[in-house]
Amino acid sequence: MAKSAAAGRYSAGVKEYRQAYWQPDYAVKDTDLLACFKITPQPGVPREEAAAAVAAESSTGTWTTVWTDLLTDLEYYKGRAYRIEDVPGDDSCFYAFIAYPIDLFEEGSVVNVFTSLVGNVFGFKAIRALRLEDVRFPVAYVKTCGGPPHGIQVERDKMDKYGRPLLGCTIKPKLGLSAKNYGRAVYECLRGGLDFTKDDENVNSQPFMRWRDRFGFVAEAIRKAEAETGERKGHYLNVTAPTPEEMYKRAGFAKELGMPIIMHDFLTGGFCANTGLANWCRENGMLLHIHRAMHAVIDRDRHHGIHFRVLLKALRLSGGDHLHTGTVVGKLEGDRKATLGWIDLLRERHVKEDRSRGIFFDQDWGSMPGAFAVASGGIHVWHMPALLAIFGDDAVFQFGGGTLGHPWGNAAGAAANRVALEACVEARNRGRDLEKEGKDVLVAAARSSPELAAAMETWKEIKFEFDTVDTLDVERAAA
Amino acid sequence: MSSSAAVQDYKSSLGDPASRRFGTFSYLPPMSAERIRAQVDYLLKRGWSPAIEHTEPQNAAGSYWYMWKLPLFGETSAERVLAEAEACHQAHPRDHVRLVGYDNLRQTQGAAMVLYRGQPA
Repeated sequence: MAKSAAAGRYSAGVKEYRQAYWQPDYAVKDTDLLACFKITPQPGVPREEAAAAVAAESSTGTWTTVWTDLLTDLEYYKGRAYRIEDVPGDDSCFYAFIAYPIDLFEEGSVVNVFTSLVGNVFGFKAIRALRLEDVRFPVAYVKTCGGPPHGIQVERDKMDKYGRPLLGCTIKPKLGLSAKNYGRAVYECLRGGLDFTKDDENVNSQPFMRWRDRFGFVAEAIRKAEAETGERKGHYLNVTAPTPEEMYKRAGFAKELGMPIIMHDFLTGGFCANTGLANWCRENGMLLHIHRAMHAVIDRDRHHGIHFRVLLKALRLSGGDHLHTGTVVGKLEGDRKATLGWIDLLRERHVKEDRSRGIFFDQDWGSMPGAFAVASGGIHVWHMPALLAIFGDDAVFQFGGGTLGHPWGNAAGAAANRVALEACVEARNRGRDLEKEGKDVLVAAARSSPELAAAMETWKEIKFEFDTVDTLDVERAAA
Repeated sequence: MSSSAAVQDYKSSLGDPASRRFGTFSYLPPMSAERIRAQVDYLLKRGWSPAIEHTEPQNAAGSYWYMWKLPLFGETSAERVLAEAEACHQAHPRDHVRLVGYDNLRQTQGAAMVLYRGQPA
């Protein structure tokens, strides 16, 4: 430590990064922000040099020494690579662990953290590919972020839903319906027993259905379904918009209509918009559902990009009460152990390092609320036992075709979903193993629900069995 | 039952009080005593505090039902929990009577289910 207490002489030129940014004896501080990168270096670049280069380029360094370096204490401000590990089963790359002092980041700004950690460095020539696998946000930084506007417990209280996961449905066709017909589809789902319906991500304000018309008809649908069933209902009104001004205008109108929840796409909308909207939601008592369009562009490649668990942590800091997490069982990508790891990161207060689930660091969320995991994509009643076993209660099971494709229509499809869910919860609570006995549970429940029986008959042949592209490194090595 | 069976109407309306639901398990048929007992056991095993509430069915949508006495803090006997629910039902035979499991660690209700289904006015 303190090698360079005094500034010393200025000597221009290019130094090796590892002289300043590789520090294997560094003792990590509780306040440091820690990152694990998977680095695929160019041939001939030593691991320590590549790791140090990533540390430098994502913090204080540039390619050559500059005289103004001597006007500050770079020893204090720099990020440093402090550990290197093999990637199990893949010698083309390695893990580099980098510690950044907390002062490098503006308080409460996921934008600033990402601009540093995943900015220029990802195009850096000395590395062939780079992936940000995990980040440990120190609790001191967590406390500067707003986080979920309400969190799981408050949402349960506001929506009056206890002892079970929540049920939703994304309205289809995703594009092309008129506002009034769209509201009809919403009403039918909600009167049949779902808790929520949802705008699909690309429903914003197109010529065939402008946002204000959609909001109006959906509000009427919700009010009638609530009066009819006696239960509280919501629809994720998508306020993702071309500009922040437009986004807040739409959010304000949803509030004016008395709606409980709105929705935003955090990656296409961006972290600046998302953080602002999350703060607005807490300010205005609105729940916030978060969609993740574009995530697979960033997180699917095993060697380059940002792992979804990092995007998820960033979202929890930026703010959202729901986040799509994959289903493990449906049509979209998702390895089971990795998914279990990141849903813990979304919901729990403290999560331990666990390489078997892809978690590289302990993460303490302090007092920050957790958010509901949303399992969405190609799911139907036959998936219900597995979904409940995997996700537990603090999740939203978000159907689409699995409600709307019921041969008798949305209300019957919704009732089938609800009966299946309640039957599975009831069976789980009395000790039955859903993953082994799920079929018996559903068959028994269908005896008193013709809607469920028809749904089971309709979807009995549907399976989604493809290999996951982005498997955990530890699992690939073991295979 | 098959999907080729004739399309069925979904029976639910504003005018029919039987269309009103009341949370978890209200889409299942009424449970046997044995099944209810299993749910009480589950709640107690989780370490939640049981509590009994009731309401007139037409007022079920609000956040607050009437508390039946205080929550049964520290209660470990499913029989005694069920006896309180039964006593509440005897006193308010037309009301919904529900069992709540307060989870004090997470500050939420881990469970809430209606044990006696009331008769709409």
